[in-house]
Amino acid sequence: MSDIILETRGLTKHYGGVHALDDANFILRRGEHVAIVGDNGAGKSTFVRQITAVEKHTSGEIHFDGSNVEFKDPLEAREAGIETVFQTLALADDLDVPSNLFLGRELFRLRLGPFSILDRKAMRERTMEALKTTAVKIPNVDNPIRNMSGGQRQCVAIARTAAFASKLVIMDEPTAALGVQETAQVENIIRGLKERGVPLILISHNLRQVFDLVDRIVVFRRGRIVASLNKDETDGNDIVSYITGVKSGGDEPAFA
Amino acid sequence: MSHATHGLGGLKYDPAKRTRPQELNVFVALVLIVVTFEVIGRLFLGDSFLFNTRANVDAVFNTARLSIIILQVSIVGIIALGVTQVIISGGIDLSSGSVVGATAMVTMSFAQTALVNGNPNPKAIFGDWAMDLPVLVPLLVGLVCGVIAGVINGTLVAYTRIPPFIATLGMMVTARGFSRWWSNGNPISFPTESYAAIGKGMMPVAIFVALAILFHCVMTYTRYGKHCYAVGSNEQAARMSGINVNHHKVLVFALAGMLAALAAVVLSSKNLTAQAGMGVMYELDAIAMAVIGGVSLQGGRGSILGTVLGALIFGVIISGFTFLRLDAYYQEMVKGVIIVGAVVLDQWRQRSRSRG
Ligand SMILES: Nc1ncnc2c1ncn2[C@@H]1O[C@H](COP(=O)(O)OP(=O)(O)OP(=O)(O)O)[C@@H](O)[C@H]1O
Ligand SMILES: [Mg+2]
Repeated sequence: MSDIILETRGLTKHYGGVHALDDANFILRRGEHVAIVGDNGAGKSTFVRQITAVEKHTSGEIHFDGSNVEFKDPLEAREAGIETVFQTLALADDLDVPSNLFLGRELFRLRLGPFSILDRKAMRERTMEALKTTAVKIPNVDNPIRNMSGGQRQCVAIARTAAFASKLVIMDEPTAALGVQETAQVENIIRGLKERGVPLILISHNLRQVFDLVDRIVVFRRGRIVASLNKDETDGNDIVSYITGVKSGGDEPAFA
Repeated sequence: MSHATHGLGGLKYDPAKRTRPQELNVFVALVLIVVTFEVIGRLFLGDSFLFNTRANVDAVFNTARLSIIILQVSIVGIIALGVTQVIISGGIDLSSGSVVGATAMVTMSFAQTALVNGNPNPKAIFGDWAMDLPVLVPLLVGLVCGVIAGVINGTLVAYTRIPPFIATLGMMVTARGFSRWWSNGNPISFPTESYAAIGKGMMPVAIFVALAILFHCVMTYTRYGKHCYAVGSNEQAARMSGINVNHHKVLVFALAGMLAALAAVVLSSKNLTAQAGMGVMYELDAIAMAVIGGVSLQGGRGSILGTVLGALIFGVIISGFTFLRLDAYYQEMVKGVIIVGAVVLDQWRQRSRSRG
């Protein structure tokens, strides 16, 4: 078994004339935690959407868990073992917390095809367990999440991902809307994933957090990967100069 | 505050003070409307809307009026059950009235009796082979008709990205044309006794109530129901969460078509005839019942219980206008006002919600 869990070769996405992602060659090893950093519009979320088959990529290949994959929809990507916290969260506002946590993978009391009977009690119990790991404050999980704060909603999305984490976890700016305590808790969840050996792609604008949590930092700039640096061999200033374009990928070996 | 419990993370939460369910508001509205008619009746007509005023009958309520109300709303109510599921899923179905017409024609053609008063059936559509068939045959034929119409609707909406409004408008016109073509515009009459039994007396009410309970359970306790709310609430999120949104849409419209077909069976059986013009404008009545009952045209919100209450409000208002001896023309206009009013109310509710 190869020690590479995810590899993209020449992954490219154009929206009409917009080159949102160009020729991305990316490697993630088993158990490895990698951060993706870059300015707004650098193509980070676009990269995630290609891997998780939310969108069809323009060209390039994705290899996951030893085979060349061509997921036809997000369900297939998830069934293959990729759990994602999307930047847009992908929550249904009119549903309560347990329904959102188990959206698309409900637990059943009785299987009757589309009319399978939900096991609401089990889903609720497992939701409470999952939420405890995020230390989120939610007054009543049975309310629709429409009225919840941005941070509460984010914790729901993170709890969902952490609870079902299997082969690969991707988090797109998971702590963007969170308070100090909740951020610390999410960082703990990420450390827990590391201990369990679950590989992670973390997208974040918070360099302190990135240096705290991951093994390697990949810098995106204008749709291209311009640097891939081991945490120990770089520092904040170095990363910032790649993000802003003061340094460019041509100067050094760009990636492993 | 003695009931206050602690939510996750120590936030206080008082279950006694949670927001009132939408259905309760609708129920209160129903009561208020009934009371209004009662008061107006007593003041201006010297008659009661709700209670029995004739001395020689010992029932307390005016059972005749009440049973007319529920009978009146039952058949359109059956359609509204399907329309509710479509709207909650974020769609709309304008074809149900026409599907009622088309299905009634086809179904009745297989429900005819061979002899009418000893003479051959004067309205016979097919030959002897289609006469006096067991009641299951027309019933199944009807359901299949409705499901086909629904699957066409759903497939158009899911796979061609035509907006549901346009797709079902197409079906509305096509199905109406079909029902005129079927028997060259002639009514089809003289069903078998067993077919006529389906819509006899208060049977339509019983069927409506049974279906309402069934679909209440389906919407509350099954995966399908959960996915209706999820797709209507945030289609993109539903897709990202792995729900097969396209399959879901086909299924929703298929069920709506099936329910319209059931309404057609009940209606043609009750009337002992099927005509090409049957069910005209029923789609709007059904949508109105749902919207009055708190089903949001934005999708994601509403319930079967709400729609049932909405249907009752609808019936009470129509019957109330008859009671006040207002002309049928006014009733039509009032219906229009009710529909628009309910939608405005929904918009307003949503705005106040996002502000709050
Ligand atoms: N559906 C789309 N159609 C057209 N352009 C798009 C689309 N989605 C993204 N883009 C463009 O692609 C580029 C990359 O966007 P992306 O969302 O990947 O940025 P990002 O790195 O995630 O930024 P942020 O840090 O702000 O989240 C942007 O210029 C964006 O405007
Ligand atoms: Mg982004």
